[in-house]
Amino acid sequence: MEYLGIKPNKPKVAVFDFSGCEGCELQLVNKEDTLIDFLSAIDLRGWREASSVINDDYDIALIEGSITRDDEIKRLEKIRSHAKVLVALGSCACFGGVNQMKNVFDLKKANQEVYGDKPKETAKVKAVKDVVKVDLEIPGCPISKAEVESIIRHLAWGMPFSYPVYPVCVECKQRFTTCMFEKGLMCLGPITMAGCNAPCPAGGLGCWGCRGPAKDPNYESFFAIARERGFSTAEVNERLNFFGGFQEVNAK
Amino acid sequence: MKKIDLNVDVHHLTRIEGHGNIKIAVENGKIKDARWDVVETPRFFEVMLKDKHYTSAGILAARICGICSISHCLASLLATEQAFGVTVPEDAKKIRMIAKHGEMLQSHVLHLLFLVAPDFFEEPSVIPLVERTPEVITIARRLKLFANRLCDAIAGRTTHPVSLQVGGVTAVPSQKELIGFRDELEQIINDLQKVAALFATLQMPDFVRETEFVSLKGEAEYPAMGGKIMTSDGIVRLDKEYKDVTNEYVDANNTSKWTKLSRESYAVGALARFNNNYSLLHPEAVKVAEMFGLKPVCHNPFMNNVAQLVESFHSAYEIMRLIDEVTAGRIKNTMAEFKPTAGEGVGIVEAPRGILFHHYKYDGNGRIEKANCVVPSTQNNANIHYDMKSLVEKFAVKGMTDEKLELLSSMLVRSYDPCLSCSVH
Ligand code: SF4
Ligand code: SF4
Ligand code: SF4
Repeated sequence: MEYLGIKPNKPKVAVFDFSGCEGCELQLVNKEDTLIDFLSAIDLRGWREASSVINDDYDIALIEGSITRDDEIKRLEKIRSHAKVLVALGSCACFGGVNQMKNVFDLKKANQEVYGDKPKETAKVKAVKDVVKVDLEIPGCPISKAEVESIIRHLAWGMPFSYPVYPVCVECKQRFTTCMFEKGLMCLGPITMAGCNAPCPAGGLGCWGCRGPAKDPNYESFFAIARERGFSTAEVNERLNFFGGFQEVNAK
Repeated sequence: MKKIDLNVDVHHLTRIEGHGNIKIAVENGKIKDARWDVVETPRFFEVMLKDKHYTSAGILAARICGICSISHCLASLLATEQAFGVTVPEDAKKIRMIAKHGEMLQSHVLHLLFLVAPDFFEEPSVIPLVERTPEVITIARRLKLFANRLCDAIAGRTTHPVSLQVGGVTAVPSQKELIGFRDELEQIINDLQKVAALFATLQMPDFVRETEFVSLKGEAEYPAMGGKIMTSDGIVRLDKEYKDVTNEYVDANNTSKWTKLSRESYAVGALARFNNNYSLLHPEAVKVAEMFGLKPVCHNPFMNNVAQLVESFHSAYEIMRLIDEVTAGRIKNTMAEFKPTAGEGVGIVEAPRGILFHHYKYDGNGRIEKANCVVPSTQNNANIHYDMKSLVEKFAVKGMTDEKLELLSSMLVRSYDPCLSCSVH
């Protein structure tokens, strides 16, 4: 990967997994057509799921998963002390992801429900930024590999990366998907940040907001549309709470 | 006799999904410790599923596992559909089945070529293989890309599907797209042959510990979704009776539960399916098994790798058959009409790593009152643990270096293709 005869920096990258489904890490080995290019653009220093080589000398730490036990806090702090750039990879790392839905339950009771009288250690789910400083957040459940590649390229060339400023609706229209609201279904597309290429409306599911808020979302007008189409406040809030990205807002 | 002291302490084993530790201590030829402990953090999915509306249960269930999210989603849908008494249209069933086989292929290839193969080449990861055996890597990429593209087209997305929903499927690829995949299958099967030729040159460790194998019971077809449960010790149970099979209990050192049935532990996965349903495999898959001398009932856990390879062939041929059937006519209805009702349902799917159960109880408003999920790797963890002891008894106490034992015990765990975050959920 050279440009005008200039070699980019090969960033030293390490990948770490905390509490999540490891689906975001899996995306890193997907998109097989560009996998070799991707791997040759970075200097991989540690990735437990893929390699037995573990090296503490890295510049960029990619963190997958949310934080939900005290030993994870210590592990994360140590990684932060090594990394120049710490990236939260995926909705679990950025906002707690689906895991944070546990937080509305009483942890003792939850533990009892699953483990009976032999409880296991657990804590309230936290996003990575609740524990250490995060330099870059890449949301998505899962992340989009194309977007990650683009981000890594930007980092390698020392260029700033910026996310789309428009909501998912724009990508949805580009794909000629019939709008969910027209089918009588709810969709968080109007307030959610684009960049995923809107797979969920295209698949007939609608957007569940896994990437979190778009830039300056117009919540009031969205809530008004949802109300108009017959969706209750409870329904809207349930959807907003699903991936944890909309903690700043609640429909009233 | 030579004094034999051994110590293996693997903290967070690499090249597996999730966090687990191996601990082996032999003093003076006596085993002091031989453990497999899963230390992954629990996420409490059964609790989070509570009070969820049926439209979101499958979406949440998928997040139990990033590698087999299609299986978790399907098990969730089957549980809900049984609870509501929904009959899914035939075309939708077939389309779901294509996604199911696509996932199987994707997952097995990932395991065999990206996670297992490096051990046999004595490399720490697949990356050095890019230079050492570029052909294998080209094939690995092509196979995985095919399976992922297929699942993307069928399920809307490979990791965390979007169009698999209660009642059927909400999006269907065009005939043209399906036929395009059909045309690629010849190359895919050709590639699988090359993978088989590669694995035929690798020596699987010769290790046997008798255990019980649990899987779905195939009737007319090699099992994939729904039906009765069977074991190699002769037990057959209905889906509703799954708890009589799994008997989950909590171990002090593991965040994953353990399970047992007729013996101290049992095994699930490709080898279990193979052992229990050999006669239902596609003839071309049987040929591959014969090439490796793999016959039921095989009690060597390392042969799970070969069973995965055999199943990859089976899945490729099944995808071919299903596409032919789906494209023969016009796809009609893919969504059932239904109303949520109070009731219970058990959804069973043969996920890549083994039999998977989702059990939901619904109130009358389409919301879950109680959920229970028994995951494949949960059922394998006790079996791996007891294998570990037996492995040390058979090999290590006769003399072996710590490094060799570390590799062998790590390979044992990897052969199960464990998915630990999934097993703890
Ligand atoms: S963000 Fe989603 S895909 Fe990524 S680890 Fe979390 S649950 Fe898995
Ligand atoms: S389906 Fe959703 S994302 Fe697409 S245009 Fe409609 S509201 Fe926007
Ligand atoms: S459409 Fe919405 S839910 Fe789907 S990936 Fe994009 S942001 Fe996430």
